[in-house]
Amino acid sequence: MSRQIGRSVDPKKVSGELFTLTYGALVSQLIKDYENEDDVNKQLDKMGYNIGVRLIEDFLARSNVGRCHDFRETADVISKVGFKMFLGITPVVTNWSPAGDEFSLLLENNPLTDFVELPDGHSNLSYSNIMCGVLRGALEMVQLDVDVRFEQDQLKGDNITEIRLKFIKRLEDAVPVGED
Amino acid sequence: MTIFNLYIFDRNGTCLYYTEWNRRNQSGISKEEEFKLMYGMILSIKSFCSRLSPTDLKDGFLSYRTSKYKLHFYETASGLKFILNTDINAGNMRDNIQQIYSNIYVENVIKNPECKLGQQITSELFQTKLDDYIRSLPQFATKLS
Repeated sequence: MSRQIGRSVDPKKVSGELFTLTYGALVSQLIKDYENEDDVNKQLDKMGYNIGVRLIEDFLARSNVGRCHDFRETADVISKVGFKMFLGITPVVTNWSPAGDEFSLLLENNPLTDFVELPDGHSNLSYSNIMCGVLRGALEMVQLDVDVRFEQDQLKGDNITEIRLKFIKRLEDAVPVGED
Repeated sequence: MTIFNLYIFDRNGTCLYYTEWNRRNQSGISKEEEFKLMYGMILSIKSFCSRLSPTDLKDGFLSYRTSKYKLHFYETASGLKFILNTDINAGNMRDNIQQIYSNIYVENVIKNPECKLGQQITSELFQTKLDDYIRSLPQFATKLS
């Protein structure tokens, strides 16, 4: 009840700029800690994964979407509900592979990279790699094993930021020993 | 009307949480054994329902009723299973279980970094919130009518 009194600003919300800057500080600290940029990418992916496996529950609880019937529906939900809910953007779903098991999310502006300029010599760094981890972790919890990577990145001079998702397999529910 | 007990299972069949309110009859086997049986039964009913269904079923198995109690089942897309046993007069508890999931489980377990996923929930805050919620439900009233 106490939360409803004097609720001019939602106390759970932080400014988007604070979020972006905090993420920037995190990445630059990781770069200091791990000289090798592949390791930084790996760490970001791991952090994202750990976020994703929890974030999915918040997503399911708030969005009330049920299980998707195919990967196309999944793609739509990721872009129109997921990204919208957590980052306030709606990436374009495109570049479907002929088999329908691979697609791209095009981000016109990536909230993680506002105010960011990559200095020279960071060609291996995938700055927003945390997003790949989040997507991977969240989808794993709904029984989808996917491969996620950055294909293009505006930070590296590309026209658009592109995240590529590839469906690998459906994970089956674990069944205790003795059941078929 | 009254509410007997609640089980929460994760997708691997681990019982994350169990609690009981007005349960008057114990099964006479260890809790671990009971969890296994419960999970196994739910899994079997689920797969049986989906095999028999002529059309693609959306939610599938929701509840069953015996002459003595009613079992309500709710599963999230992430494979979390909630099982709530009530007496036979309780109506549809689906919304209530959904409330437990989104307002109590997600808020107090998922968003609590101290709670490790896939392990038993020991958070007292979660226990208190859940208990308060269940006790506040009209279905909980224990008066014999």
